[in-house]
Amino acid sequence: MFGFSLRPRKPSPAATAKERLQILLAHERAGGASPEFLPLLQRDILEVVRRHMEIDGEQVEVKIERGDELSSLEINIELPGASKIKAKAG
Amino acid sequence: MSKVIVVTSGKGGVGKTTTSAAVSAGLAMRGHKTVVVDFDVGLRNLDMIMGCERRVVFDFINVIQGDAKLKQALIKDRRLENLFVLPTSQTRDKDALTQEGVKAVLDELRQEFDYIICDSPAGIERGAHLAMYYADEAIVVTNPEVSSVRDSDRVLGLLNSKTALAEKGDGSAIKAQLLLTRFDQQRSSNGEMMSVEDVLEILAIPLLGIIPESPTVLRASNVGMPVTLDEKSAAGKAYEDAVGRLVGEQIEMRIGSAEKRGFFQRLLKRTA
Repeated sequence: MFGFSLRPRKPSPAATAKERLQILLAHERAGGASPEFLPLLQRDILEVVRRHMEIDGEQVEVKIERGDELSSLEINIELPGASKIKAKAG
Repeated sequence: MSKVIVVTSGKGGVGKTTTSAAVSAGLAMRGHKTVVVDFDVGLRNLDMIMGCERRVVFDFINVIQGDAKLKQALIKDRRLENLFVLPTSQTRDKDALTQEGVKAVLDELRQEFDYIICDSPAGIERGAHLAMYYADEAIVVTNPEVSSVRDSDRVLGLLNSKTALAEKGDGSAIKAQLLLTRFDQQRSSNGEMMSVEDVLEILAIPLLGIIPESPTVLRASNVGMPVTLDEKSAAGKAYEDAVGRLVGEQIEMRIGSAEKRGFFQRLLKRTA
């Protein structure tokens, strides 16, 4: 209230808003909001994995986290359990 | 049984996305499994209001066009267990929405969720039409202001004629309820702003809630949080009451005033 505080300052909502927009817009201006390559990437990954084992499209989970300094792309492929493999062999 | 509820208004900027976020969070807080779907293709904004804009991978249009499974496009909220967001595309245009595609996605969501909240774009074109077409209920968001009330009346006409329920022709209709937003009791008492009764008399639909004009709405959108998650917000409380009524509870209608001001703020306001 008097211009200073002993506690570390939490960014104001306005500062948070500005930062969120800057990060988002940097990504959007660079190459589209939801990169068009993601469905294609998913298809390609599925194709490669399928050469080695049997999976279906439902078992792929793609996650993204866009950051300021760096973004991360996480791809999880659920593999069939042992029982399923056995059933297939039998 | 699952319910599809469209949040619509005709006019832009009256609080559809704020309402969609607040209502869906309120439903999830009550333990209902809820998904909120952005129908504003090309102008994605629900993701920002929900605070999940950095995590969008696939969207509604990818699902409609078969490029992704629904499960892959749904974003789980990090604060509420029962809440999911289906973002729209930022790069396509509204023609990417097809009636069959929308139906297929909503049918699949009905299997999974108790409530499906459809955040309609402004206007009455394709996006808005498809957002309301398969709805069971509607929340008509209206400001106590002439152009907003007029547009709401127009939208009510469309809800009663251009929707799947209306086209059945067996007398079934979408249950439409009014949510009066940005209401200012003081200005209404002064006669500067239409009263709740004035708006209800004109639109003649049941009142779901009155959301007071509140600075906490901007604060919540700045940080990407549905306003119902702000315990101190008068608007958040009013939304919670509205959600209670939406699920059939009897909750007395109170006109929340803006947050109580501190002594200094009152003093400053008076001298300003």
